[in-house]
Order: sequence, then C-alpha cells, then structure tokens
Amino acid sequence: MYWRFRRHRLAVVCTFIVVFFYIVALFSETISPLDPNKVSNLYKYAPPQAIEFLDKDGNFSFRPYVLGFKSSRNPETLRITYVPDPTKRFPVRFFVPGEKYMFWGLWPSDIHVIGLGPDAPANTPFHLLGTDRLGRDMLSRIVYGARISLSIGLIGVTLSLVFGILLGGVSGYYGGWIDAVIQRIIEFIRSLPTIPVWMALAAAMPPKWPPDYVYLGITIILSLLGWTGLARVVRGRFLALREEDFVLAARLSNCSEPRIIFRHMVPSFASHIIASITLAVPGMILSETSLSFLGLGLRPPVISWGVLLQEAQNIQTVALFPWLLIPGAAVILIVLAFSFVGDGLRDAADPYGR
Amino acid sequence: MIAYTIQRLLLAIPTLFVISLLSFVLIQLPPGDFLSSYAATLAALGEQLSGDTLALLRESYGLDQPIYVQYYKWITGIVTRGDFGLSLEWKQPVKALLWERMGLTIALTLSTLLFTWLLAIPIGIYSATHQYSPLDYVFTTIGFIGLGVPGFMLALVVMWIAFIYFGADVGGLFSDQYKNAPWSLGRVWDLLQHLWVPMLILGMEGAAGLIRTMRANLLDELHKPYVTAARARGLDETVLTYEYPVQVALNPFISTLGWALPGLVNGGTIISVTLSLPTAGPLLLRALQSQDMYLAGAFILLLGSLTIVGTLISDLLLAWIDPRIRLTH
Repeated sequence: MYWRFRRHRLAVVCTFIVVFFYIVALFSETISPLDPNKVSNLYKYAPPQAIEFLDKDGNFSFRPYVLGFKSSRNPETLRITYVPDPTKRFPVRFFVPGEKYMFWGLWPSDIHVIGLGPDAPANTPFHLLGTDRLGRDMLSRIVYGARISLSIGLIGVTLSLVFGILLGGVSGYYGGWIDAVIQRIIEFIRSLPTIPVWMALAAAMPPKWPPDYVYLGITIILSLLGWTGLARVVRGRFLALREEDFVLAARLSNCSEPRIIFRHMVPSFASHIIASITLAVPGMILSETSLSFLGLGLRPPVISWGVLLQEAQNIQTVALFPWLLIPGAAVILIVLAFSFVGDGLRDAADPYGR
Repeated sequence: MIAYTIQRLLLAIPTLFVISLLSFVLIQLPPGDFLSSYAATLAALGEQLSGDTLALLRESYGLDQPIYVQYYKWITGIVTRGDFGLSLEWKQPVKALLWERMGLTIALTLSTLLFTWLLAIPIGIYSATHQYSPLDYVFTTIGFIGLGVPGFMLALVVMWIAFIYFGADVGGLFSDQYKNAPWSLGRVWDLLQHLWVPMLILGMEGAAGLIRTMRANLLDELHKPYVTAARARGLDETVLTYEYPVQVALNPFISTLGWALPGLVNGGTIISVTLSLPTAGPLLLRALQSQDMYLAGAFILLLGSLTIVGTLISDLLLAWIDPRIRLTH
C-alpha cells in the first residue's frame, strides 16, 4: 500500500504539507514569534513586513532583515498608515529568546523559532503577516489557531469514527431489521441541511460556558451529524466481508464474535477506513471554521481560524487590510492538502475501485 | 410506477414528521423558555414585565403544559392554519417574515442548481471526450479549487475584488430603491441582475463536484465495448457520444439531486450571511442569536422540508427514467 501511495506524487507532497501544519499546531508556542494575545497600541492594522536580504549598506547577506515602520496619520481619514522605513533595519534571528511562555502549559521557556532577538530595541515591530484591529500579531494568531482548528478536525473525526464503526458495524454485521432502522436513520441525517441544524445546536449551548466546554460541545455537535459517511463505508465493507471464506472459517473454529470482528474483519478493511477518515477531516475543519465565522462556534478569546476570519466579515475592513484574509488561505491549503492525501490513500487502498 | 410513487410518498410523511419533531426539540433546547429570555431582554431595555402578564402570556402559549401538548399545539397551528407562532423580536407573526425570505431562498437554490447543471454537464462531457487535453487540466484544477475553497471564503474574496476594482458592493439581492418596494416587474428584473453573483459563488462548489462525477462516469462509459462496436460500424462520433454514453452518465446527476439540495441549502445559509442577502440564512442566524425560537424553528422546519421534498422528487425522477429502480421495489 505504501508503494502504491508513493506513486501518487501530489498526495505525497500534500502529506508533507499536512505534517508540517500539524507540527506547527503541536509546537505553536515555540513557532509563533510573539504572544498571540498581546495587544499593541503602536501598531494597529500594521501591514505585513517583508523579509529582505540586503543589509544596511545594500549588500546581499544571508541574514534576513525586516524594515521598521514610519507611521503617519492620514489627514483626511485620520487613519494611521504605516510605510516601511528603509533607515530602520533589524536582523531576523532564529531560535532566539523572546517573550516567556509555558510550553504546553507545563514547561517555562522563552525560545522562539524566529524573532528579532534581545538586541532589538523595545517595541520594534515584527509582524510578518501584519496585525489585526488590536495590534495583535497575525502570524502568531494563525499559528495558535492551527492548534484549535486542526485538533477539532481530528477529535471530531475520531468521535464520528466511534459512532460510525459502532453503528455501521452493527448494521452490516447483523443485518435484518437493525440494518433497516440504522439505514433509515442515516438516510434521514443525510437529507438534513446540516448547517442550519448545527447552527441551532450551537446556539443552544449556554453562552456562559467556559471555552473548553464550548470546544468540546462544538466537536460533539460536528460529529453528531458527521458519522453517517463513515458508517456507510464500514457497513459496506462488513456486508462484503461477511460472506468471505475466512470469516466462515473463523466462525467454524468457534471464534467469539468480537474476535471475528476485531481480529479478522477490521484489519482487512483498515486501509479503507484510514482513507475515509482522511477525507472526512477537511469537512470537519471547514464546518468548525464556518460555524465560528458565523459567530456560533468558538468565540474569542479562543483563537481558531474561523474566529480569525470573523474579523474579516466586514468588506470595508477587508478592502483596507487584506491580510486579514490570510487565515482563509491557511484553511484552503490544509483542506486541499487533506483531500489530495485522502484521494491518494483511497486509490492506494483500493486499486480496483472506481 | 404508481405503486412506487405511493410507496415513496408514504415514506416521506414520517420523515417530515421527524423533521418537525427535530425542529421543535431544537427550539426547546436553549435553557429556559423563550418568555423568560423575552422578559430578560425587556428588563435590559428598562421595561418590566409584571408577573401577571408573564403568567398570562405563558398560558396563551401553552408553556405551562407538558411538552407533547406544546408540540401538538405548534404543529397543528402550522398544518391547519399556516400559523408558525409569533416572532418575539420582530413582534409580528412568523409567517409575515417567513415567506418572502423562503421564496428568495428557493429561487436562489433552484437557479443555482440549474446553473450548476448547465455548467457541469457540457464541461464534464468536454473533459471526458478530450481527456488530458490542456483545457481538461484547466477544468480539473478549477474543479479542485472549487471543492477546497469554502463558500464563504469565495464570497469574501469576490466581494473584496469587486469592491477594490469595480468599487461595487455585490452584497444583497436588490438595489436600494427596490429593497422594501412591493413586487413589480422592475423588482424582479432588479433581482435577476443581483442574483448571479451569489449563484456563481454557491454554484462553484457543486459544479466542481458534478464536473468530476460527469467526467468519471462518461470516461467509464466511453471505454465500454458497445461504444467501440458502434465506432467500428462507422457511426458518427457526435451521435456515438450523445446517443447512449452521455445519457447513461447523466443518471447519477438525478440520483445525487437529493444530496445536492442539502448542500446548496448549507452553502446558501453561510453565503447569504456573508453577502447579507435577504434570504433565510441571515434571519435564521439572528433568530438563533436572540433566541427568537419560533422564527428559528420555522426556518429549520422549512429548510429541512425543502431538502426532503427535493430528495423525494429526485427519487421519483430517477424511477421514472430508470426502470430498474422502480421494478426492484
């Protein structure tokens, strides 16, 4: 299966993208250059700073630089505009001490993968993707948002998988009227417009809940309607395998039912399940983003990509500060990458299918 | 065919019943009944609702009765009188707010469906008959982007581009002078002029999926022996493609109609919030946020019924076109 997957070049490339995103999510404290919640009055809606490879004298150097800002107030609109100031040049350093943080809330540390280092004067701007309305660093927020958005995808799919395997397995293995009932339920859920139902369920969560309850609640809501696809796959496989000779042989050798299911049947369709899971994750991520975007999902101060995109709801704001849309680019990238990996896995798992 | 139609119709009734039950449960889910949240809103505005008034209101809505009685009152009101209850936020009957928005939602959904088909079928046929041609790659790439980009992102980007380069606001479905005007020919024309932007955005996702299906189906079909046999007998290539393979490949279009509708309603809800269209989406969102539960319940019930009726129609269409389906039942 691995060798067949290797042949799907795009899927292999996308696997690296997915892994990269998850590494970012895992080590977001270290990777983010700044504290995502730190408000800066000096640099509100500051544009992204470009990384340059020219030093003070205009010569090429391997050490990249960022330019400081010259801020001025537009006399007509009274808005502050930021223009890169070529006289202020700050070297970018890697693995430097910066703001203190607790890694995973456990170990104190102050090392950041990228930063200006302790030599830079205080209040030097370092916003590679600009800042938002309160002057918070977009790059750091996107990095932290990855942790929430991506983990919701994984946990939601895991929950749907539990539902899916349980109900799909029961449905396919026993058949008969149980199968008929579960199939009706699946058909019913599939014919529901999920977004309005999700919206209603999400709105039913008490607004006073602490963020981690909301996080859990959203995940459960998403998987409550999301398990049907996986259940269908599992049921189909069960139906097909039930008739196989090796299952009959196992039954004749007096194997218990759980043993038949978990020892003999599940391994033979595990690859299908993995492919289906991979294809289900982007849907979960999109759903969370959509719900949070509408203001019904996660709410600030929690940082997820959907919450970040909420800031971009107003078109006038987006027209002036287009970098607010960057979290959307992250969503698109991860969703596309996941879809391609899933496609590749499915092709590798099932060479005769389609 | 008649037997199958009746059977299918009978099956739809319990489904509609479950939908109504679900909508009602969703209405009841938020903690506290809507009168207490109404009283809280009033209190926040500085008005006080006396205990007597509250009790009176409670009785007139049947809130003091067990839940199944409440459900019975609610559903019989809808079925017999078309009465969806009262919107507390807008202080008018729900049905006064409902129908124009639902009408526009259905108009948007159906026109998008037509649009995706008109777009996807020719492109799918072209991609399959010209497999691996440059245009095929272009369409495949666009298709993948359409699948991966969430609708509201697309809506945001389109709005942004329109705002920057054309200085136009593409949100809404009507120009200012027609926004609150009664229906007239001019208003319909105005609607048609605005409808295409959300239609394009909403249709992108569905069309992308359909193009892929159409292409894959037709490719399967084109390599079957009967096509080769027909070609060997010197049949014209156009006739050869359109006479049989295309018609067979179109089959899944109708069978997936039932799934396409929930998808369109889903996408439409979010996109209409983003583009602030006067359809069901934004009002549903507001109703949910302010716990205006009769209004929200009515929208969920109607949107759910819309997809169920859609599935029903697609099943019947499929049975009508494909005799194998109606005969196995």
